[in-house]
Amino acid sequence: MNTILKTSNLNKVYRLGGLLFNRVRINALDDVNLTVESDEPAIISVVGESGSGKTTLAKVLLRLVRPTSGSALVYDRQIAGEGEKPSNREFFGMVQPIFQNPFEAFSSHRTVDAYLYSTAVRVADLEKTEAVDAMAEALRLVGLEYRDVRGKYPNQFSGGELQRVSVARALIPHPKIIVADEPVSMIDASLRMNVINLFLSLKEEFRRSFLYITHDLSTAYYISDYIAVMYRGCIVEFGDARTILADPQHPYTQLLLDSIPEIGHKWDRERMAMADIEAKEFQFEGCRFCNRCPIAKDRCIVERPLATEKTDGRKVYCHFA
Amino acid sequence: MIRLNNLVATYTTVRGQVDAVDGVNLTIPDGKIVGIAGESGCGKSTLLKVIYGDLIYPLALRQGNVEYEIGMSPGHIVESKIRRNENETENGGQVATRNIKDYWFKQISYIPQASMSSLNPVIRIRKQFVDFLDSAQRTPNILEKIREYVKSLDLPPEAIDAYPHQLSGGMRQRIMVAMATFFRPDIILADEPTTALDVVVQKGILMLLMRIQEEMNNTILFVSHDMGVHYQIAHKMLIMYAAKAVEFGDSEDVFRAPLHPYTKMLIESLPSIGDNRIRKGIAGRPPSLWEDLIGCRFAPRCPLASDLCRAQEPELVEYRQGHLAACHYAGNHINRQGSETS
Repeated sequence: MNTILKTSNLNKVYRLGGLLFNRVRINALDDVNLTVESDEPAIISVVGESGSGKTTLAKVLLRLVRPTSGSALVYDRQIAGEGEKPSNREFFGMVQPIFQNPFEAFSSHRTVDAYLYSTAVRVADLEKTEAVDAMAEALRLVGLEYRDVRGKYPNQFSGGELQRVSVARALIPHPKIIVADEPVSMIDASLRMNVINLFLSLKEEFRRSFLYITHDLSTAYYISDYIAVMYRGCIVEFGDARTILADPQHPYTQLLLDSIPEIGHKWDRERMAMADIEAKEFQFEGCRFCNRCPIAKDRCIVERPLATEKTDGRKVYCHFA
Repeated sequence: MIRLNNLVATYTTVRGQVDAVDGVNLTIPDGKIVGIAGESGCGKSTLLKVIYGDLIYPLALRQGNVEYEIGMSPGHIVESKIRRNENETENGGQVATRNIKDYWFKQISYIPQASMSSLNPVIRIRKQFVDFLDSAQRTPNILEKIREYVKSLDLPPEAIDAYPHQLSGGMRQRIMVAMATFFRPDIILADEPTTALDVVVQKGILMLLMRIQEEMNNTILFVSHDMGVHYQIAHKMLIMYAAKAVEFGDSEDVFRAPLHPYTKMLIESLPSIGDNRIRKGIAGRPPSLWEDLIGCRFAPRCPLASDLCRAQEPELVEYRQGHLAACHYAGNHINRQGSETS
């Protein structure tokens, strides 16, 4: 069985504030342990609000940020942390990114096929003639034609089309896993599902795995095999996506699910309490959700909950799960 | 009541003029939350700016006007002076709004998307709160009144003593809501007020807006691209596509039995938790407003499009009681596809 993704006690600490004094430590990742083992390719979603650490996790897995401690494995190769790691070229042959805003990912002064070409030559190590074939092949997989893309600048595409081009670029080196950080949040609703469905078909036909970072639980439910819910740098619930979203057990996952504006289900009109000490929550010794949690007890304030493994295989980080 | 009479709003750019709102005719009733939905570039934010009378170059009103019925006494009509200026040049003419600006904050107010860029970062909130009051309203106990009002919205009264950066995004947006509603205005315009926020915070702000609307019974025009948000709060829905209003009606009807195929496809494309059906996006992309557009603007992406659609532009007409659509085959998609019978 392949280890698609494994992080062991992954930590990332950012320091904010003064140069020497009063520095605040923000544990953007706090002992993150995720393990996904499967022979089949998988789509793993990481969901959470802003400040939950989901983008930091993506950056660590893309080697854009060095973890403070801990390590990460992708397809049985260690890619971050202490120890022997693959070279950058080898690494980007395994892991490829897709970013949130395709109009920012591509320079407006450069044709988009230039990006595809340099990925083919530099990362996939292809000859010039092979590179064009690889580009055409990758574009075909995302439903575009090379001749429609050649020589065009980013402003000649819609957001959805341009995001497809960035998926095609990521596919050229045949990566094992694609890390997509909020890939559809900038795309209009009518085009969003086209990109989401593309991920699904690439998983099924092309056998690529995805790490899908998002705040949108509905699309996460739609495409994921596994889901990790994060809050203030900690994983709060992790396991099979449909099981967790059908029956969330951590109070935070429940709160998140209750807050989605879904068509066909109107909210109850209760008054909501507001938490407003976000920065302080990173310093909590106990459960970081205890301040907002409806079932919090004294124990939650002093003791960090460890993972409770449930019969359905999910892990819940709550004393009362 | 707000009447939009054949509005055409234009942006002047280096490439020429482009009509971001093109011929919108609509009467918006009082005391309702009206959701305005559509994709980026469909003209929903521009429409809001025109209604607010915030016409700053390069935005100009090329045609039409907005009539407001503002004020508690019935029959008291304020008509905006959004009219064509006769002296201007042939390229459409400059138009100015005058009157409606006198009612800003008091009778008509605006909640922007980016609260961080709307609040001055170096001035305390309470000073900014007082800044938009005129001298007559700056009574000695005004700060007490503000604190009381802020408290009535379940916000900590100390929040107004802070600088904007000391507050979280959700708290800042609540402050914006408090500022916009302090005078109990008749009309509140909200342009994607929750888009940059997390879902939990978003829910809190939407609840707050609904509560304010119920208490004050004002008209809220709420722009969002998120149909789920509209489902939660809107009484009426306006769907826009490529600078046109394509559907308007009670939000219950619009969500249950949409008349325009665009609305129907938009709603059906959204995945929801617990539903494992395959969802499809809409193929193609919205037309470029730079081109000469003939016929229905949705026709290139529409499964029902016929030669009639490609040749003749449909008008926004009433099909059912209070439910308007701009489609030659409005409502027919239900029968035509045969799969659903109503």
